[in-house]
Amino acid sequence: MRIFGLSFKVIKTLLTTQYAYMLEYRIEIALWALSGVLPFIMFSLWSQNDVGNSFGLNDIGLARYFLSAFLVRQFSVVWVVFSFEEDSLSGRLSPYLLQPLHPLFRYVASHLAEQATRLPFAIAIAITFFILNPSSFWLPSLPQLMLAYLSTHFAFTIAFLLQSLVAALCFWTEKSSALERLIFVPYLFLSGLLVPLTAFPSNVLKVAMLTPFPYLINFPAKILSGMPVDIFNGFLAQILWISILVPSVNILWKLGVKRYTAMGA
Amino acid sequence: MQRYFKTIRLFWSTAFASQLEYQLNFLIELLAMLGTLLGSVFILSLFFTGGRELGDWTWESALVIQGVYTFLDGLTNALLRPNLTEIVNYVRDGTLDYVLLKPIDSQFWLSVKKFSFAGLPEIILGLSIVFWAAIQSGSTFSLYSLFVFIISILIGFVILYSVWFLIAASSIWFVKTWNATEVLRALLAAGRYPISAYPVILRFIFTLVLPVAFLTTFPAEAILGELKLNILFFGLMLSSLFFIFSRFFWKFALKHYTSASS
Repeated sequence: MRIFGLSFKVIKTLLTTQYAYMLEYRIEIALWALSGVLPFIMFSLWSQNDVGNSFGLNDIGLARYFLSAFLVRQFSVVWVVFSFEEDSLSGRLSPYLLQPLHPLFRYVASHLAEQATRLPFAIAIAITFFILNPSSFWLPSLPQLMLAYLSTHFAFTIAFLLQSLVAALCFWTEKSSALERLIFVPYLFLSGLLVPLTAFPSNVLKVAMLTPFPYLINFPAKILSGMPVDIFNGFLAQILWISILVPSVNILWKLGVKRYTAMGA
Repeated sequence: MQRYFKTIRLFWSTAFASQLEYQLNFLIELLAMLGTLLGSVFILSLFFTGGRELGDWTWESALVIQGVYTFLDGLTNALLRPNLTEIVNYVRDGTLDYVLLKPIDSQFWLSVKKFSFAGLPEIILGLSIVFWAAIQSGSTFSLYSLFVFIISILIGFVILYSVWFLIAASSIWFVKTWNATEVLRALLAAGRYPISAYPVILRFIFTLVLPVAFLTTFPAEAILGELKLNILFFGLMLSSLFFIFSRFFWKFALKHYTSASS
């Protein structure tokens, strides 16, 4: 059996080596997990100033939403652009391109391995949050949990493809990490990391929903926290974005590799 | 002293020349900056729905804070980020040895070597927002309030620099401290909003432990003519302490420095 043209053996080797590699950097990954505190800062602001009520969320609802947003972000963070830029500039990319394995799969494996390493830290932070806000404690039902898990994976896929698109531009410009900033700005404000999107004025919300960003945090976080959400349309939008992005990345990547002249060659 | 000024002038004119090569980068930075500002003003406006206030701050005075934040962010992008993130690389590659051999203070060299001109528009825009929003909220500037504003901005910048430098200097032991600066940056984002809008515990932390309050809220109060003098004095003391500690810590770290090659 093969998945995306990869045999099980290759997948297993990729994942286990990357996981072993990630385990070496546990403290770093713990710090990464900590650097995701933004939803908690925003939670303290929204609840302290009693604004939640104006968009129909009490403090418990807010707490659950922002904890969910934090967790979703932990398992959908992507940094392909930065790894790829480094590999490309240092010439490490050339041997990768010679292997009969698409270089992107290596990055996918390292992201998945990192998520596995991150899991205990994310759980520890969630437990701390519940100790500080005991009233917000909840356990999502099994179907909720599975749907949230699935949509977070889709969110990761979309984020990964978006960044791969930018990374492919590395073949043309040396500085695609600067371009990444341009994607990060709408991501920050439209994904729901800073505020549940229900707080947006309706015309802004309509525009936001046309972009892929609300499906990266807001949609999975709503499922996880048990807020009312249109599950069918949400998944439909996620799948739609993936099916637009996969061929785009593929084409841009192929064009890029043709243009590629290794550093120093 | 004159030698130091001359060095800065040389460093920055070289930086300017080399950055002229990357005009596209400049444009991208500009776009990202405008987008960020637009986004954060939009999020801020959500707090004020239905005639609400944010921690006793009106919409116009909260915009002053956004301005100060933008200004400091520009300064960070221009000066702190390009220099202080490099320290890790010097340690990792062993090139710190060359810096230490130079006949100039190593902390000075490491802190001012580069200057990113893409940060300048943000600095100017930040200051414009500060003054515009301060006028909108009915502040009448006096020479005195301007003076207090400049001092409080300096206090904020010195604190920010010292904390960041401390983390960067710890790379002598841990080598990779990039993630620690990310944690710092995430916490600093709290400075976009007035300190009084946070729960009491966080207010305490943001004033004394990681003094975010001194970065944005207090300078904003200064230009609005509301900053209390004892806070200013406390800030002066705190920032001097932070700065002295950063120097002390750097000297201490260097004693433990074993170069990458030896």
